[in-house]
Amino acid sequence: MADHIDVAQGLPANPEKATLEGKNKFLGMWVFLGGETVMFATFFGTFLGLRKGTVGGPTAEDLFSLPLVFIMTMILLTSSLTSVLGILAMKRNNFKTLRTCMLLTVLLGFGFVGFEVYEFYHYYHEGLGYTTSAFASSFYTLVGLHGCHVLFGLGWIITLLARYWNAGGVTLANAPKFYSASLYWHFIDVVWVFIFTVVYLLSVGGA
Amino acid sequence: MATATMTAKKEKSVLWDWLTTVDHKKLAILYLVAGTLFFVKAGVMALFIRIQLMIPENDFMTGQVFNELITMHGTIMLFLAVTPLIFGFMNFAIPLQIGARDVAFPFINALGFWIFFFGGLLLSVSWFFGGAPDAGWTAYVPLSTREFAGSGMDFYALGLQVSGFGTLISAINFIVTIINMRAPGMTMMRMPLFCWTGLVTSILIVFAFTPLAAGLALLMLDRIFSGQFFLPDMGGNAILWAHIFWIFGHPEVYILVLPAFGIISEVVPAFSHKRLFGYTAMVFATIVIAFLSFMVWVHHMFTIGIGPITNSVFALATMTIAVPTGIKIFNWLFTMWGGKLVFNTAMLCAASFVPTFVLGGITGVMLSMAPVDYLYHDTYFVVAHFHYIIVGGIVFGLLAGLYYWYPKMFGHKLNETLGKIMFWSLYIGFHLTFFIQHILGLIGMQRRVYTYLGGQGFDMMNLVSSIGSFVMGAAIVVLVINIVYSAYTSERITVRDPWDARTLEWSTPTPIPEYNFAQTPQVRSLDPWFYEKVHGDGTMKPAEPMGDIHMPNGSILPFMIGLGLFIWGFGMIMLNMDNPIIPPAIVIGVGFVITFGMMVLHSKEDHGYHIPVDEVKKIEKGVG
Amino acid sequence: MRKRKGLLRFLPLSAILLLLAGCGEERLSALDPKGPQAQWIFDNMVLSLYVMALVVIVVFTLFFIAVVKFRKKPGDNELPKQVEGSKALEITWTVIPIILLIILAVPTIQGTYYFAEGPPEAAGESGTEGEDGAAPETDAIVIDVTGHQYWWQFDYQEGFTAGNEVHIPVGEKVWFNLTASDVMHSFWVPALGGKLDTVPGVESMMWLQADEPGVYKGKCAELCGPSHALMDFKVIVQEPDEYAAWVEEMSAEEQPPEENTVVADGRKVFEDQGCIGCHAVGGQGSAQGPTLTNFADREYIAGVIDYNNENLEAWIRDPQSFKQGNNMQPYPNMSDEDMEALIEYLNTLSAEE
Repeated sequence: MADHIDVAQGLPANPEKATLEGKNKFLGMWVFLGGETVMFATFFGTFLGLRKGTVGGPTAEDLFSLPLVFIMTMILLTSSLTSVLGILAMKRNNFKTLRTCMLLTVLLGFGFVGFEVYEFYHYYHEGLGYTTSAFASSFYTLVGLHGCHVLFGLGWIITLLARYWNAGGVTLANAPKFYSASLYWHFIDVVWVFIFTVVYLLSVGGA
Repeated sequence: MATATMTAKKEKSVLWDWLTTVDHKKLAILYLVAGTLFFVKAGVMALFIRIQLMIPENDFMTGQVFNELITMHGTIMLFLAVTPLIFGFMNFAIPLQIGARDVAFPFINALGFWIFFFGGLLLSVSWFFGGAPDAGWTAYVPLSTREFAGSGMDFYALGLQVSGFGTLISAINFIVTIINMRAPGMTMMRMPLFCWTGLVTSILIVFAFTPLAAGLALLMLDRIFSGQFFLPDMGGNAILWAHIFWIFGHPEVYILVLPAFGIISEVVPAFSHKRLFGYTAMVFATIVIAFLSFMVWVHHMFTIGIGPITNSVFALATMTIAVPTGIKIFNWLFTMWGGKLVFNTAMLCAASFVPTFVLGGITGVMLSMAPVDYLYHDTYFVVAHFHYIIVGGIVFGLLAGLYYWYPKMFGHKLNETLGKIMFWSLYIGFHLTFFIQHILGLIGMQRRVYTYLGGQGFDMMNLVSSIGSFVMGAAIVVLVINIVYSAYTSERITVRDPWDARTLEWSTPTPIPEYNFAQTPQVRSLDPWFYEKVHGDGTMKPAEPMGDIHMPNGSILPFMIGLGLFIWGFGMIMLNMDNPIIPPAIVIGVGFVITFGMMVLHSKEDHGYHIPVDEVKKIEKGVG
Repeated sequence: MRKRKGLLRFLPLSAILLLLAGCGEERLSALDPKGPQAQWIFDNMVLSLYVMALVVIVVFTLFFIAVVKFRKKPGDNELPKQVEGSKALEITWTVIPIILLIILAVPTIQGTYYFAEGPPEAAGESGTEGEDGAAPETDAIVIDVTGHQYWWQFDYQEGFTAGNEVHIPVGEKVWFNLTASDVMHSFWVPALGGKLDTVPGVESMMWLQADEPGVYKGKCAELCGPSHALMDFKVIVQEPDEYAAWVEEMSAEEQPPEENTVVADGRKVFEDQGCIGCHAVGGQGSAQGPTLTNFADREYIAGVIDYNNENLEAWIRDPQSFKQGNNMQPYPNMSDEDMEALIEYLNTLSAEE
């Protein structure tokens, strides 16, 4: 049976795809992210359509400070890097490194969320409430939704870490789970890169 | 140990068994039952609508109630009736047709059903909390915003959001199942067309329901948290919603109709005793239709005023859809051509689909001519057009599928006499109801009107249309009678293949054991079962030795997650209620905790159980 | 275009359509077109019907032959030949529809631009877009249309406003500049041409032309609330001189009623009860409700109720019972005296002499 592959000689090269279950998870995750992409595209479209609709409220140029957003971008990119290192360790059957890298990813993720909360708090005090204008609503919705995805991803990885902290090693059962979570994390990261470009750079760049 | 779990499973009560099942065949029945209930509900609404419109200036109901009924009729029929009915057949047939023991993610399959079901329930309870949604199933803003519509639209936004999520994860499950779970030898180009359309529909769902989810989120944020997306005074844009809705809405038509095409492509060859004509062209046409369906949404918005360039481009794009659809029509015709046709109810429904769908198709091409659409748009002509597609196409396709797969699902056939009575009354009633609506539109009756003044030439035609709808209603009653009657009187089926059909599902014993195939079959051709009957010894060649069969455990978690989302959604709606008895935040919190708590519980590994090989042999012997 | 119609008239399909035209009401049904745009739509609908009839005939013939000829005979258990497909046939039924579609595509594009024509001398205008919103400099008649829940406001270039009834001269293209104040509506005069939605925050331009004088029915074609069905309006097509007279009458200052008459009392009620707060008369008052300058000329109250004193009183006392969800305030407790005077006054508001 699929999950009874003999692992005595060590794990196969790609433990996340070695079983049918793992293969299914791998493909299912990709399809899900395909759908998520379209959903984010819709919110991007909404933001692009409404970003000029400030009706006298604060505009993007008034608010956005690129250094802050740059720091956030760097934090998230680094967290993506640590999750890659984790998955590489997983493929080498090095569970301890996987554990450590994922923990780092979680910490960096929380750092990002912290900055985002600060950012929103700051904008709110600059007079950009959620209901201030179409620009405000579409901005908070897009970036906030991304934030929710980050939180969900954090919850996911934390659950996995808690569940498998003492698993003792990479198994054919837990490898696809860590792999899926890290794929999701990369997706969040890619979305942020687009947010950084479309929301922040484009607005401040005056396009 | 495995045996111990087996016996433990046997002791479960029937209700618990259905609530926790992850078996695709049982979930298929759950989908069918839920879909039928919603179908009947929305059908009764349609009858109320036709009663109101039977005579001019009728005061059977007010405009407000009428608007609630049309909104719920459309929304329920599309999201909560036809979609689950299609999913029911997909759930039942696809794993069997590709030679799999179950879907890729049995747990997700159950989860998809329960989330869909609770989403539908959330939408339905709106009647008890200040009225149903009333802005049309398209929910155009600003009519659907807080300022102009009642709390029903909150139920619309949240209910569809929840049920849409269920539909989405089910679709992902189907995609993975079809790509990863095919039996040895079942290459993509040997798959039955129903699997192909199921795959393409699922892909469409992944890419169309997600924009809808985004749109519904905007509507929900607008209504409950006063987001500013749609009102021009606040920098918003009213047309934005129309774009998002139709980017979803047009593919949605194909999401529903493609599986119906698939069913027709199974039933017509089976009862023509001839292989599907132009299989490759059919697959190709399906994919092209799906691709084009994302390029034509603006044809629903020709009259919204977005300029001649956009209108021209989308008019031409729309016309191109006629080409692959035409390919399909002619391939069905030529499947029948030269065959040996048997006209039972399934075949009657499938065959009559062809001319009816052509009528719906040609009005579709007429509608694609943008400037002429300025006449048709939002009139009864459009109502007639899409009912020709949805009733004439999808409902007849679903009925064909029901009569065709019924013996495999329930172990007996449906009564043929009652079946034929149902077919003819439905067919005549359908044309009586909808054909005349084309003309009503042309002589000036706009759609979604709760009444009309007399003396405008509308009276007679509306009366005819209403009479037709009663005939259709009677036909559905006959169907229900048939189901009950056949359950008691129909002969039990013991053979594998009561129709002398062609595809793999007919190679399984009736009733189907929970593991479907004792040994995974080796597929050697398109229409593998037919191939073995003609070129082999009439049994499928096994692709693996007899062995223990691994099965997933049932779980109550999908039901609980669905319930959690229901509570969460209801809590969100309560934010907008005047005096909720419980603080909404608590309700939202409870729903949230249930949903995510269950997800965390699910992260525990569950290895399922094994049916030992002796047990399998015993079962196989028992069913012959 | 005319010529083709002449030819088509002799063919059976057109005959059926002309028969059907008998079903509809004149000046409402689109099967009895009364202007060039409606005529264009009708002609091209007939064209598409011909093309589609071809498809229907082929499919139905094949279908019925197959159904009759290829039934399984009892006792015949031989398998039919398992045909895989046919490249030649597949190509045939791919290419022929493409040709048919091209036949329809050409007029589609022509028509789209034809209908989007802007008023003449409006240099640089791109037809229906009208994004800048400003009325272009033109000699043509341009009427600003605003859709409200559940009535229509028509603002003329001459500066006056009409409610629910729009007058236009015969035989001349008239442009309508469409928008809405609350929710989306759709402006549709079936016998004169196509429809176009009125969207809040968006201005769209369309033209209509009537070739015969008379009263044409117009309808709202986009669901806009409980009384969507009752949001009718009239297009009153007049000879040019009559139209000019009407415009002049409408533009004129309101004549105050003679002192100490019932009508004067009515006018006072109109002001005291706050009617004028929503309904303008002769340029005075606001346009939150339909302008009443030419109220007495109307055939229907609120677009749908027969005009007589009883109905008028019933409407004023309880408008919701006629048009659910409309925005007019009810006056259930107005004294009979006041009511009578008010109705008397309203009956004098006319722009026709």
